[in-house]
Amino acid sequence: MTTTAQDPEIRQLEEAARRIRVGIIRSVNQAKAGHLGGPLSAADVLAALYFRVMRIRPDEPDWPDRDRFVLSKGHSSIGLYAALALRGYFPVEELLTFDSLGSRLQGHPDMTRLPGIDMSTGSLGMGISAGIGIALGCRLGGRDARTFVMLGDGECQEGEVWEAAFLAPRYGLDNLVVIVDHNKLQQYGWQGSGPDDRLPPAWPGELVAKWSAFGWRVLEVDGHDMAAVVRVLEAATVGDGRPVAIIANTIKGRGVSFMEGRYQWHTRVLTEDEFATAMADLGEAGTNPTGGAA
Amino acid sequence: MTLPMGRALRDVFGLTVTELAGHDPRIVMLDADTGSSTKADIFAKAYPDRFFQMGIAEQNMLGVAAGLATTGFVPFVSTFVAFAVVRPLDQIRVLIAQTGLNVKICGGYAGLFTGVTGKTHLIVDDLSIMRAMPGMITVAPGDDVEAEQVLRWAASYNGPVYVRLVRDATQRLFDGKYEFAPGRAVVVRDGGDVSLVSTGTQTPRVVDAADLLAARGIEAHVLHVPTLKPLDVPAIVAAADRTGVVVTVEEGTVIGGLGGAVSETLSEQRPTLVKRIGLQDVYGESASNSELLELYGLSAARVADQVQTFLEARTSAGHASHAE
Repeated sequence: MTTTAQDPEIRQLEEAARRIRVGIIRSVNQAKAGHLGGPLSAADVLAALYFRVMRIRPDEPDWPDRDRFVLSKGHSSIGLYAALALRGYFPVEELLTFDSLGSRLQGHPDMTRLPGIDMSTGSLGMGISAGIGIALGCRLGGRDARTFVMLGDGECQEGEVWEAAFLAPRYGLDNLVVIVDHNKLQQYGWQGSGPDDRLPPAWPGELVAKWSAFGWRVLEVDGHDMAAVVRVLEAATVGDGRPVAIIANTIKGRGVSFMEGRYQWHTRVLTEDEFATAMADLGEAGTNPTGGAA
Repeated sequence: MTLPMGRALRDVFGLTVTELAGHDPRIVMLDADTGSSTKADIFAKAYPDRFFQMGIAEQNMLGVAAGLATTGFVPFVSTFVAFAVVRPLDQIRVLIAQTGLNVKICGGYAGLFTGVTGKTHLIVDDLSIMRAMPGMITVAPGDDVEAEQVLRWAASYNGPVYVRLVRDATQRLFDGKYEFAPGRAVVVRDGGDVSLVSTGTQTPRVVDAADLLAARGIEAHVLHVPTLKPLDVPAIVAAADRTGVVVTVEEGTVIGGLGGAVSETLSEQRPTLVKRIGLQDVYGESASNSELLELYGLSAARVADQVQTFLEARTSAGHASHAE
């Protein structure tokens, strides 16, 4: 399967990622609360998973043989919700209920409320453990399903991540793929050379070295190069007896000019002007704030 | 006049879950390197393909259990209470209680009998913590007969359950005709002078204490409360109505556990004087089982003495006794 940038399907996936980003901005703007930087950095990988790689049935979200996705970095929920809505799990208009009373779209994913959520998350470090359990259960149950888990790079500071990293190779879980959204920033982190400069959660090369040392098959990718993302995800699902860790090098706030690489946009409420600029950056100029999402 | 000894609850655990697994292929066992102590090793030998050694990594273990449950398996998670409940508490909260996933958390080495391990392993507040957690059924079986039935019920129930299991052999409370029902408390002795409310393997010692009190002319009513949540509110109100004075006895802190539950219930339903016997806001220490029971006032003799002193102080303070 060719997966070059000229591929019409890659173009479609890029468009899906763009629409996910539009959904993120619209929903967070509507809620006047929510995370932005992390969901935006994850959008391309989410598009590749939900629109190409994962074997899923949006009209049968509990299909036992489906591939699973666990958003361990649960604070990027709105990115996942946008992907699920665009993929047909629930109406796209429902994205605008994000964070509001009674909504199925909770601040952090809730599997008891929303179809398509394979595990509730939000307290960091837990999703990878649940992913191991799902992968073990699929194997024990004779199911060919793959389990994808997305971690944040800051999340890798949680001890539980390394408990899980220690265990998965011991069980040879090559039906488990962890994607680290390595966007180089966390909520606050450590100060760098100036007040607005923050040090990355992990040094260059550190995540590759650590996951390799724990016995994982490690792949690295530009997390915003859609053709490369698809290639790496499809390579990851060819098992060799080891679990796979994909280090996706991304940019926090990707796609919105004034958010890219700025830790201040981890969570923040947009002004009207900022919203207009963000929409223009995403190719949606001239839309009003409460217009239907994407 | 003391109750006979029964099997250790850890032996009951290993044997019962292994037997259940023979009928139910969904049952799997997760261990955090304590299987030779908790008797999860019985399961490991019988069903090695369904036994998952998680290593010394309990937070991950509870998360793995949640994941397994979503694929239709019924994970029994086994290690000491210290590591099954307290260390991975947030994982239990987010991944198991909030989701309602079908995970059975089996805490071994509960209460004072922790094999002389001292304060780190002697968890005083597991019942307080677990009953406060929305969505968590909390059960402390009173003896081996009840523990076996609790485990059978837990395997058949779809949702999270915490089962408190004791390391060493304890006294037998029930005969073969007993039937455990979740959320139901049982009167194990009738009496008109004072109502003793107990839970877990403390109850047999409370029954022995009631016999000691009877020899002193005090007839105690004894209510055994195996299920801390959901709580049998009518049974607790009835126990208060029976004598008008209540003493709770538990092998753990008096804050928030059985004593807390009974006090909360009676304050709302039937204001009654309640004395709480148990660990008085302290941690445990290393000593033999019998020494610890004496130290914290939980031996039959010490319970009887405390109840008698309490009743005498109450009478001398001018309270009318219920019998009058």
